[in-house]
Amino acid sequence: MPPTDKKQVPFRGGGFAPKKVRFAGLAVFAVILILWELGTRSGFITPLVLPKPSEAFGALVELVRSGLLVKHLSASLVRLIAGWSLGVSLGVALGIAIGLFSLARSGLAPLVSALFPIPKIALLPLFVIWFGIDEGSKIATILFGTLFPTVIATYSGIDNVDRSLIRMGQSFGLSWASIVRKIILPGAMPAILAGFRISASIAIILLVAAEMIGAEYGIGAYILMAGSLMQTDQLLAGVAILSGIGLIAAWGIGRAEAWFLKWR
Amino acid sequence: MRLVLENISHRYGNVEVLEGISLEVKEGEIVAIIGPSGCGKSTLLRLAGGLEKPGGGRILQEGAPPANSLNPLTYIFQDFALLPWRTVRGNIALVLEDHKLASDQRKAIIEDVLSRTSLLDFAHAYPRQLSGGMKQRVAIARALSVRPAIMLMDEPLSALDAQTRALLMEDFVGLWRREQFSALYVTHNLQEAVQLGHRIVVLSRRPGRVREIIEIDIPVEERASRAVELERHSRHLWQLMRDEARAADRELLDAANG
Repeated sequence: MPPTDKKQVPFRGGGFAPKKVRFAGLAVFAVILILWELGTRSGFITPLVLPKPSEAFGALVELVRSGLLVKHLSASLVRLIAGWSLGVSLGVALGIAIGLFSLARSGLAPLVSALFPIPKIALLPLFVIWFGIDEGSKIATILFGTLFPTVIATYSGIDNVDRSLIRMGQSFGLSWASIVRKIILPGAMPAILAGFRISASIAIILLVAAEMIGAEYGIGAYILMAGSLMQTDQLLAGVAILSGIGLIAAWGIGRAEAWFLKWR
Repeated sequence: MRLVLENISHRYGNVEVLEGISLEVKEGEIVAIIGPSGCGKSTLLRLAGGLEKPGGGRILQEGAPPANSLNPLTYIFQDFALLPWRTVRGNIALVLEDHKLASDQRKAIIEDVLSRTSLLDFAHAYPRQLSGGMKQRVAIARALSVRPAIMLMDEPLSALDAQTRALLMEDFVGLWRREQFSALYVTHNLQEAVQLGHRIVVLSRRPGRVREIIEIDIPVEERASRAVELERHSRHLWQLMRDEARAADRELLDAANG
């Protein structure tokens, strides 16, 4: 046998599986803030375009010290929590009905499709007439905004429950209620929780929009006032608070997912 | 209790899947049903347990099931059908929860079936943590917990690899030797049929008709050691099935399968 070339087979697998890198997210935040602070301090970014992050932070501290933060934040959180929880509970109930009953499906599913794409903020004037200028109209805006995505998430979740599990339940003589409670609802839970994630963001967006149209207190009102006085540092402080609310809501839903879906 | 199928026929839309099928499962007997894929054998099993209504014919229970039987006709599914959000214990508890049982009674049943299927160590595991073979053992434990009169087994080994299949087959043989359960056992695997069936019903391709019913007179527990005699039966069955299988293989798959 003549001597042959030996060559290692080159590795060409791997990749396509992003891993979690600790603190990378925080580092990106920090780098942006530092660059921004340096840019504004050096005069490269004029204060008119963007205030210094330190000024925005100062505005936030001022807001806390004046006691107004509690007022704004509590007004917003009450609306947010009331509107979102009413919206998702009604939405889950309707979604279950549409998922389980032929009449509800044929009667309501087209209505849901027709009402879902309407921007609920456009209906705010109507809600003001129906539910009053105070909390009612704002809560209603959030309620209707979160209702429809929840309905759709719930019934599509029910549609996707493994039919063979339902058949198994029937074959062991489980009652209808048991099949719904122990097989269909847990099976639809991942989709319902994914719906919660989306509806929580929608709720925050609608909260601010509703508060900008007419509210004395609330993060949206605070941002609007800051904007009309060109107090951009206060405006950014308000936006940071909203971002914080969003992060906390996402974290809370993440915890709920970890608890309800621990079997995955 | 005996299960009697009388002149069953069934169709999906325009497609005739079963035609004039009559057979019975006697007490303590395993009846295997084999046939090419798409011959309607899984449909027949769904009809037998009342999960689907037959287009024609009658399905009868003759005689009362044992007094302590909670679910006389109990399935074992090919895909196991375990709830992924319940542990092994929870999956067994599921089928007992709708029956009026004292909680210590329920606990005792669960302990009993777990130990009979050697699953005690896995009681708190979730299905995703189990291999296919273990999942099917859980499904068997679940079926035993309701003390069935007749088990309806829908290709219970088809989703498993060859080694696991052999192990579970030994489990089935052991289980039958101890408990003499009755079963309707649907499979497309000849070996499974001859290893477990007292009688083997050969179905033709669609529409499924009974082509032949074969009795195997070797006791189930002796079959592993009498492979030569068994081989004669397998060969005969293969002769019967071969042409059907070939013809079925060349058909267009335009109908609901099963």
